[in-house]
Amino acid sequence: MSYATTIGSRRYGFADLRTLMAKASPLRSGDQLAGLAAATREERVAAKLALADVPLARFLDEALIPYEDDEVTRLIVDTHDAARFAPVAALTVGAFRDWLLSDQATPEVLRDLAPGLTPEMVAAVSKLMRNQDLILVARKCHVVTRFRSTIGLPGHLAVRLQPNHPTDDPRGIMASTLDGLMYGAGDAVIGINPAGDDPARLAALWSMLDTLIARFEIPTQSCVLTHVTRQIDAIEAGVPVDLVFQSIGGTEAVNKSFGIDLALLRQARDAALGLGRGTLGNNVMYFETGQGSALSADAHHGVDQQTCEVRAYAVARAFEPLLVNTVVGFIGPEYLYDGKQILRAALEDHCCGKLLGLPMGVDICYTNHAEADQDDMDALLVMLGAAGVNFIMGVPGADDIMLNYQSTSFHDALFLRRALGLRHTPEFAAWLDKVGVADASGRLRDAADTDVLPALTALVESAG
Amino acid sequence: MSAPVARLEDRWATLRELTAARIALGRCGASLPTGETLAFELAHAQARDAVLIPLDVEALKTDLEGSGWHTLRVCSRASSQQAYLARPDWGRRLRTEDAAELLASKGRYDVVFVISDGLSARAVQEHAAALLAAVAPLLRDLAIAPVVIATRARVALADEVGEALGARIAVSLIGERPGLSSPDSLGIYLTYDPKLGRNDGERNCISNVRPAGLPVAEAAAQLAAMIRAALHAKLSGIGLHAECQQALAESASP
Repeated sequence: MSYATTIGSRRYGFADLRTLMAKASPLRSGDQLAGLAAATREERVAAKLALADVPLARFLDEALIPYEDDEVTRLIVDTHDAARFAPVAALTVGAFRDWLLSDQATPEVLRDLAPGLTPEMVAAVSKLMRNQDLILVARKCHVVTRFRSTIGLPGHLAVRLQPNHPTDDPRGIMASTLDGLMYGAGDAVIGINPAGDDPARLAALWSMLDTLIARFEIPTQSCVLTHVTRQIDAIEAGVPVDLVFQSIGGTEAVNKSFGIDLALLRQARDAALGLGRGTLGNNVMYFETGQGSALSADAHHGVDQQTCEVRAYAVARAFEPLLVNTVVGFIGPEYLYDGKQILRAALEDHCCGKLLGLPMGVDICYTNHAEADQDDMDALLVMLGAAGVNFIMGVPGADDIMLNYQSTSFHDALFLRRALGLRHTPEFAAWLDKVGVADASGRLRDAADTDVLPALTALVESAG
Repeated sequence: MSAPVARLEDRWATLRELTAARIALGRCGASLPTGETLAFELAHAQARDAVLIPLDVEALKTDLEGSGWHTLRVCSRASSQQAYLARPDWGRRLRTEDAAELLASKGRYDVVFVISDGLSARAVQEHAAALLAAVAPLLRDLAIAPVVIATRARVALADEVGEALGARIAVSLIGERPGLSSPDSLGIYLTYDPKLGRNDGERNCISNVRPAGLPVAEAAAQLAAMIRAALHAKLSGIGLHAECQQALAESASP
């Protein structure tokens, strides 16, 4: 089916829904690289006008990537909950935006609606939203998950402590971990991106974090972000694995390029659930995503990069994750050129993920070949804080010396807590108070008052 | 009366010797102290300059010709630095007129070195000529093509260069994406039987060539061993990897 708008004497036609969605996307370099972007600003708005008139139900009839060709499409179609969709079934995309912003769309209503929405509906409505809409709508979506801490309560912010080291040196990793804990970071997860993939060395990293968490009774969870097959192997070998991590994308083909499919993810989740290591809940998965991955793997089927990204959230929601992290600025300027594009993409990802019922965090980040700097990240940090982001990254000094990019620092998280009054997860806040790192309000104490520092330092020095 | 001190020092500063990560930075309230904020800003400025300041081609040419190299000059299809960053596909292809001009120098070569600015002109400016000077004595018996200086170029541009010149191996010496503490890192990519359409799995790589990383002399020895291994095996990439490890082990022995 084709779509069209007339503006003055010019008629803009769009061959199909996939083309319409791509042309309606706010400008970004990845869609230009793919040859999918609108040719002019007017064509982009024409596409938005046409998209605003498309009934939401149309997305149930016209698949952007054919059902027969793609298991992610099959997942989306086969798990769609028509009863939950009913309250908005008669709306167009434009009317859906209005409704989302209205007082009728309360947190409870949005929570119940989530299983009735498909990624394509959510991507479509986000294309009609300004940044402030993306913030307000996301803020109404409360997604709470649990393993050993409670993440996503309104008014709270968690931090993934990311203590990477270029050679996986245990003492180097532990030194950064101590730094983060003393700055009150780590309530989302302590997650290492390993440089290598030797099973014995990976097992040592898992054991090291397990010892830390157990000995100091820290209400958090660990993760070693290696390929899912290595995590399954580790679980089978009796290694103490808390969360299972995997990078995922929005098409079967991009997932294949990551060496995974849905069946493998199911196997991994079952293995982690079998360990029963969560004390408060059973959200055992940690997923990472990012716009541009499908194009980068030549696996996008002519679908714009933002829609591909939201389809990845359909994969995530099938596995009830603890954390979903969009690593927004890591991919580089050929997909998101500058601070403006990175900021927009982050707000879209966060809002779309939340609408689908996912515990969204954002790696607020950039590379040195992107046209962006710390001021751009500060703006994004505050906007995501206002939007109610579940978690952000904590990297020492914002400089990841293994992955060679800039993310948010422990200081950045402290800044956001102070600026917006955001609290640690309740369990972690109690722990910080108990060991003397922070007071009951979450404000850091002088390290002189911190009883736990000598013992933590000793553990760091004996690591490896 | 002494001046007020706002900065809280971290009591675990001794742990800094365990990692290059920016730990124990101290804080003023919740925020970074002035010195640390400016140190970060300086590192980022250096990394950005590495990406954005154009390669001084004339200076590089003078360096190379001083060491006896013949040079050829080409550019990719990216017409500006902005286009180069946004369109990797343009950075992989030669301008049509440059491709035609290279054909005039076509010969029967074992190796062509392609020096590309990539994402750090600084890395190329500082290390490329020194690397070639170090590797040349190790390859005296081979037929080496004129050195090609390529601007706004990605790794794969060397494939088209190698094919046009008739070289069995193309070696791309290219500025790597700068890290915050490594604005001057040079990468080396070797491709056997270079031609349009080769993929990254068909290359071998030596990375992080810089004074604080892999020193130039060591990189040159590794590169020479890798070239000989590729000529012997008549391939590069994943298949060469094991063979190359063996060759490297032998080159390291006295």
